[in-house]
Amino acid sequence: MKKDRREFINTCFRFAAGASIVGVAGVLAANSQKGDYVWQLDPAKCTQCGRCASSCVITPSAVKCIHVYDMCGYCDLCGGYFRPNVKDLSTAAENQLCPTGAIKRTYVEDPYFKYEIIDELCIGCGKCVKGCGAFGNGSLQLQINHDICVNCNQCAIAVDCPADAFSRVPIEEAYRFSGFTSNKKNK
Amino acid sequence: MKKILALFSLLILFLSNSVSYAQTQRFPRPEFESGYLQPVTSMPLPRSDMFALVDVLVLIATLSFISWIILKKRSRAGVIGVSIFSILYFGFFREGCVCSVGSVQNVALALFNPGYHIPLSALAFFVIPLLFTLFFGRTFCAGVCPLGAIQDVFLLRPLSLKKWLQKLLGLIPWIYLGLALLYAATGTDFIICRYDPFIGIYRFNATFFMFVIGAIILLISVFIARPYCRFLCPYGAILNLISRVSKSHLSITPASCIQCKLCENSCPVDAINKPVEQKQMEDKRTATKRFIFLSMIIPALMIIGAWTVSNFHENLAMVNPKVRLADEMLHFNAQNMQESLEIEAFRTSGQSLEELYTEAAHIVKQFYFGSWILGAFIALVFGLSLIELTRYRYREDYTPDKGNCVSCARCLKYCPVEKA
Repeated sequence: MKKDRREFINTCFRFAAGASIVGVAGVLAANSQKGDYVWQLDPAKCTQCGRCASSCVITPSAVKCIHVYDMCGYCDLCGGYFRPNVKDLSTAAENQLCPTGAIKRTYVEDPYFKYEIIDELCIGCGKCVKGCGAFGNGSLQLQINHDICVNCNQCAIAVDCPADAFSRVPIEEAYRFSGFTSNKKNK
Repeated sequence: MKKILALFSLLILFLSNSVSYAQTQRFPRPEFESGYLQPVTSMPLPRSDMFALVDVLVLIATLSFISWIILKKRSRAGVIGVSIFSILYFGFFREGCVCSVGSVQNVALALFNPGYHIPLSALAFFVIPLLFTLFFGRTFCAGVCPLGAIQDVFLLRPLSLKKWLQKLLGLIPWIYLGLALLYAATGTDFIICRYDPFIGIYRFNATFFMFVIGAIILLISVFIARPYCRFLCPYGAILNLISRVSKSHLSITPASCIQCKLCENSCPVDAINKPVEQKQMEDKRTATKRFIFLSMIIPALMIIGAWTVSNFHENLAMVNPKVRLADEMLHFNAQNMQESLEIEAFRTSGQSLEELYTEAAHIVKQFYFGSWILGAFIALVFGLSLIELTRYRYREDYTPDKGNCVSCARCLKYCPVEKA
């Protein structure tokens, strides 16, 4: 007799627990989205503080500088390539802003030069972004590279960003370039 | 004259754009004559949505399999096999994220923040182990959870802790759960993820702090079984409750218990309840009086607890970056202080100081209400665990404690009873 009563109470609680789990799940599922979120930073808010390079849980950081060629001026004196007060516009290491030498400068035609980013060398420090934003068109921008990013539930860089530039975006809008005119092509 | 005016206004327009470091076309895009082909700005796509579905299916399959292994097949070897699979798949391959332990925070954020739409996979990782536990006990903890599996695999020589110490440490998961829910609901931080000891191992990449706590917990788990599961895991606290009312559960004996005592010391997490003879039971009157006394104290405890924690609500709120920034701005003295990165960034953001203070005040208010609830919650848990200690149940057999048993199946081979 005792056992039956205990089992009955157990069953009642089990139904209550089951109902509340399914209830909460239902309420949340109604406001859910099918796809996953990914993290991305808004280059308009970024202040190039340099924390992207150090805060990411992956080494080297999943944040990389990308070059929006549509916006680039192809300048000889590139604000993002050369350090301030540079005397000689050459590819010498002492003239470059980039601490890892990740920007490749090649001559196109007079007076235009092409600047490409070598992904393997870029650490996402943002020095070139700051220079390009200050003296150029702002065509160099920091973005999270989704090949490298492991999509943590809580992005460590997002918490450290002083400009609150990181947010969750749906997978369909995984990149937030600024000033992009031609069609984006994804690898 | 008109041309000069037009050029001048254009210049002003360009200059006004460069308030922030945003992108402005200072130098026009060149028109190339040499037939130069511009490289495409391409960026690699993130992991496809499909794989999230695969993860959920693997979760369901693994849970079903291990529940069958534990309840029907009764095989410890099977549990070890599933544990190794979980370490490899949910741990190293998926790098331990998203996991069910962390999904509690996603659910909390979704409940209190209508702007956050919880991904279905995160919701599934929260709900599915709960439902399986409702029917089969904590089979999720046994070998599916990558955090539990790695502790289980490391266990060499289980030592028994004193009962009172176990009960005391058993309160910590509830405090952790309360704090995690508070911080997740206010959108401040996911502290379970931040202080996850094992994810650094699964990612092969960790900060020094993470590495140290991971190493310490694994070292402890060699001698004290499953320290994270028993004394820290917030999801385990929920599973503990749900498992108490589960439909079926691991049982030590395949048929009926013969009280041979062979399984008494076989449980590494001390989850086996010994038989209690009728004549050892407490006098009903004293037990009832104690129960009534405790039940009356609990509301008082809750009010004290709530009031105590609410006094610390500002300290709790300081974890929130907006609140910290507002506090910094309040105490900023331009004469003898240097601007931090946060203040610099705030100045270029274009947000007014009043807006910042209003937002921060709103968040602190949320923390005020939240800390009242947190304090009452912790006091309630404490009071209920006191009542649980005084409960004396008449028991004939050796049974696993439905709440604490993680269904690791180590006790099964100790039982000499043959299946009918």
